[in-house]
This record gives sequence, C-alpha cells and structure tokens, in this order.
Amino acid sequence: MTQDVWILGISMTKFGKHRDKDSVDLASEAALAAFGDAGVGINDIDVLAAGSLMAGTSAFGQQLQKQIGQTGIPVYNVANACATGATALRTVIMAIKAGEADLGLAVGVEKLSGAGLLGPVNRRKESDTWAPDGRFGALATLDGRVGTDSMPGVFAQIGLEYGHRYGGADFELFARISEKNHAHSTLNPLAAYSKRFTLEEIMNDVMIAYPNTRPMCSANCDGAAAAVVVSDSKLRTLSLEQRRRAVKISASVLTSDPWREGCQVLPDVNTLTRQAATRAYEQAGIGPEDLDLVELHDCFATAELVHYDNLMLCPEGGAVDFFNSGATWRDGKTPVNVSGGLESKGHPIAATGIANVWEICHHLRGEAGDRQIEGARVGLAHVIGLGSACGVHVLEKAAA
Amino acid sequence: MADRVPLVDYLVLSDDPHLVAHECERCGARFFDRRNACASCGATNFHQVDIPRKGTLLTYTIVSTAGPGIQVPFVAAVVDCGGTTVRGNLVNVQPDPGQVRTGMEVRLTTVSVGTDGAGVEAVGYGFEPA
Ligand SMILES: [Zn+2]
Repeated sequence: MTQDVWILGISMTKFGKHRDKDSVDLASEAALAAFGDAGVGINDIDVLAAGSLMAGTSAFGQQLQKQIGQTGIPVYNVANACATGATALRTVIMAIKAGEADLGLAVGVEKLSGAGLLGPVNRRKESDTWAPDGRFGALATLDGRVGTDSMPGVFAQIGLEYGHRYGGADFELFARISEKNHAHSTLNPLAAYSKRFTLEEIMNDVMIAYPNTRPMCSANCDGAAAAVVVSDSKLRTLSLEQRRRAVKISASVLTSDPWREGCQVLPDVNTLTRQAATRAYEQAGIGPEDLDLVELHDCFATAELVHYDNLMLCPEGGAVDFFNSGATWRDGKTPVNVSGGLESKGHPIAATGIANVWEICHHLRGEAGDRQIEGARVGLAHVIGLGSACGVHVLEKAAA
Repeated sequence: MADRVPLVDYLVLSDDPHLVAHECERCGARFFDRRNACASCGATNFHQVDIPRKGTLLTYTIVSTAGPGIQVPFVAAVVDCGGTTVRGNLVNVQPDPGQVRTGMEVRLTTVSVGTDGAGVEAVGYGFEPA
C-alpha cells in the first residue's frame, strides 16, 4: 500500500499576453508563488518535472533551475501534447509514491500569444515532379485534400460524431456550451479573456471549422502553473496551517489511446478518457455523482460535450440532455469549467494540466472568491493531448 | 511512365478506382499507412484488401479557416465503408451545413490534384453524395 500524496502549494500566473516575460520568467513566477503557497523553498524539493512544448529546448527544467535554484536534484523534462502539465504533475506524484522523494515540484509553461491556428506542421514544398513521401506515399500535403489535420476541424468532427451517434447535438447546442464558459470566465481575474458573449455573438463570429466559431475554440495565450506535491509522512511534520490547506490527490491517472477501428483515421478521444475516469473513480473510491466541480478539457466547445459522457457525468449517450438540464452551469448539479475553461481562461498548452488542478484546489480550500463553489469538497481535473494522452486527477479537501 | 499517379499509395487508379488497406492476418485490423506491426494485436503479417467504394458519412466538419496553402472552405469527412473507417473530403456538394448530414450515403470518386513539370497528373480521391 503506497502512501497518500498531497498538493501542498499551487499557483498559476495570469493567463494572457506577457510581452516582457519569456517562458523561464513565467515558469519561475509560478514556481516561486507555489513555494510561497506551500511554505517551502527550492532546497526542500527532491524532484522537478517540467514541460514546455514551445520553449525550444529539451532541457527546459534545467533552464528554470538556473533561475530558481540549482540544487542538483533530478529533473524530468516531459512532453505529452496538451496533457504535458498533467504529465509533469503525475511524474512528481509517481516519484513520491515510489518513496524516492518527499517533496516535488511540477511546472508547465507556454508562450503562445498570437500563435494562430494550431495543427501539425507538414507544409512541405510542392515539387515540380511528383514524388511519394511519408507513411502514405503522399505526392502532396494531405491536409485539406484528404480531410483535415487542423485541431478545430478534428474536434468539430469528434463533436458531430457524438451527435450522429446519439442525436441532439447541433450548432446551437455547441455554441451554448461556449456561452456558459465565457459567462463563467467573468468571475475569473486570471483568465485571458473574461468577456461574456451572447449566443448570437458566438454563432455569428468567424467560423473556423463548423460548428466551431472563434469563441468556441481554446484561446492561445501565455501562462504558467506550478504545484508543490508532498508525501503524507512529510506533511505530518509540517504546520497545522500547511496541513489544513493541503489538498489530497485521491487519484492520479494517465492513459494513452488503445486501438479501436478508425482511431488512426479520426483520433478517438473517448476511450482513453473513459478508461482514465474509470480508473480514477476506483482509485479515489468516489463516483461522478460525488463531484462538486469539474475542470475538463474544452479545447473546443465540441470537445466539452463528449467529455461529459467520457467522464461519466451523465448516462452514456446523455450528454445533450445533461447540458440542457443546466447541470454544468456554476449553479448546477455538476459545475463544469467555472474557471471559464480553455475557451476563455486560455490554453497555454503545457500549463493547462496544472492550472486546472489549481482551479479545483482554489475551491476546495475555499479561496476562490467571487466564483467559489460553496462547500466544495471533491473535484476532478481532466486534460487530453491529441495523439493521445489523457490525465485525470481527483482532488479532495483536507479532513482537518 | 504513367501519365496519372495516385495522390496516396492506398488509392488504386484503375477503371474502377478504389482504396486498399493492409489487413492484419491475425486480428483483421485495417490500416492505410506503411506498417511495422499491428497496432491492435502486434502481429507482423498483413495482406492487402479492397475497401468498398460506397459508405456512410460518420462525421464531418466544414473547414473555413486553415493554414497557408490550404483552399477553404472544404468539407472534411470520415466515412464508414463497410466497417472500415476512411478519411477524405466530401466533394461535389456545397460546403454548407444544410447540404451535408451525418448518415448520408456517399461513394468514392477521384479528384485531380494537378500536373507536374513532366506532364504527369496526380489524382486524389474524395466522396460524393451517392
Ligand atoms: Zn492485428
């Protein structure tokens, strides 16, 4: 039986444009704030896991150490698409559960302001003589000629596939999910965007990939998040105040996508999320009905709908009815993305998987101010990186 | 030298153009790309199978904003061809949500991609309403 693991301190920077700060500055800001929140310093930390997809170095964690403290501890530089932050967190949790560390730091950061449309970079030059290239023997770029590689397009298909299977998921429904998240964001001072949109404004905005218009897509922005994780035995030696604010990590799960017919044609984001959720509920010994709030990976409005089902917040096939019941608004039965979600809080990729844990912790500690979900005791944070990797963390308020 | 070449090596240009897949001899999983082993069961033996030309539209999107060099709008689609999932564009249809619906019957057709300096035409594929 391995021991419990806790979040001792956690922080996120303001998401948005940080013109005068680079990735190392933002990561340092988040890490130092997490230390302050935890009441520890770099000399207490036994292990560091760090991720940044855009920082352009394979040793980002060491760059961070050069700003906040080179103590000789092991550094794990991790990358797992949009699940990179959750992977950093999970790496530290595994080190502590393995008994190799008492205190660990996980950091994720991204500088993405103005990055535009995200998708695979495969725009090779069209040759004067056709020559097969790559795993399909392609004579030219396939994106746009044989379907789409763009993220908004891929997730649009994922949402409409759900609609095909179960019905009821039309353009307006997806737009109303986005309307909810933008409405939630008005209470979040750290969100990149905190403007409320009307349904008409969302539906009439620039179409990116039907049915996802611009406000229905995650917002590219700069930001960092960091968490200090502690073993149960170490926590017992710390102050009453530290123990009172510590948040229990009741489940920490990472999955990849198991093979299913069609999964190499259109990514299957459902199976690995459902498997991660199933395992997380088992680990935590709770069910979806026990959750007081959920932060899930709404990289697009079309994605949020399918994850209601994948995380089993509703009966299988029942995501449309579940949303229409009002359950996922902040005053509903299972508030989802009260931070504003990726569509308005923003999505600095590698920071996201820690920032959503921060949001949950903020509520469990009763420190969420105007957007506090009253009496929150249990929350779930979910991310998915296309390719695919899924991270699920279940968090519980300290008993003390 | 051929005057027409397929855009991808899983497209067979004949009088009856069609797609082919690598089928795992152990578990029957199908793949369109060059294979090392089966992602479903790990086996390494495959044989080639023809994919039915007719199918059902499983899902789609209408891409209106894309990277440089990609012509928009276009309808990106995923089609169920007799149990095998295939990716392609929906063609010969207006890129308008009123004209496209999941569940509609479609069939494979070929699409010219362009001609190179030597006069060779590259031919791709799409699906059109059946
Ligand atoms: Zn197989």
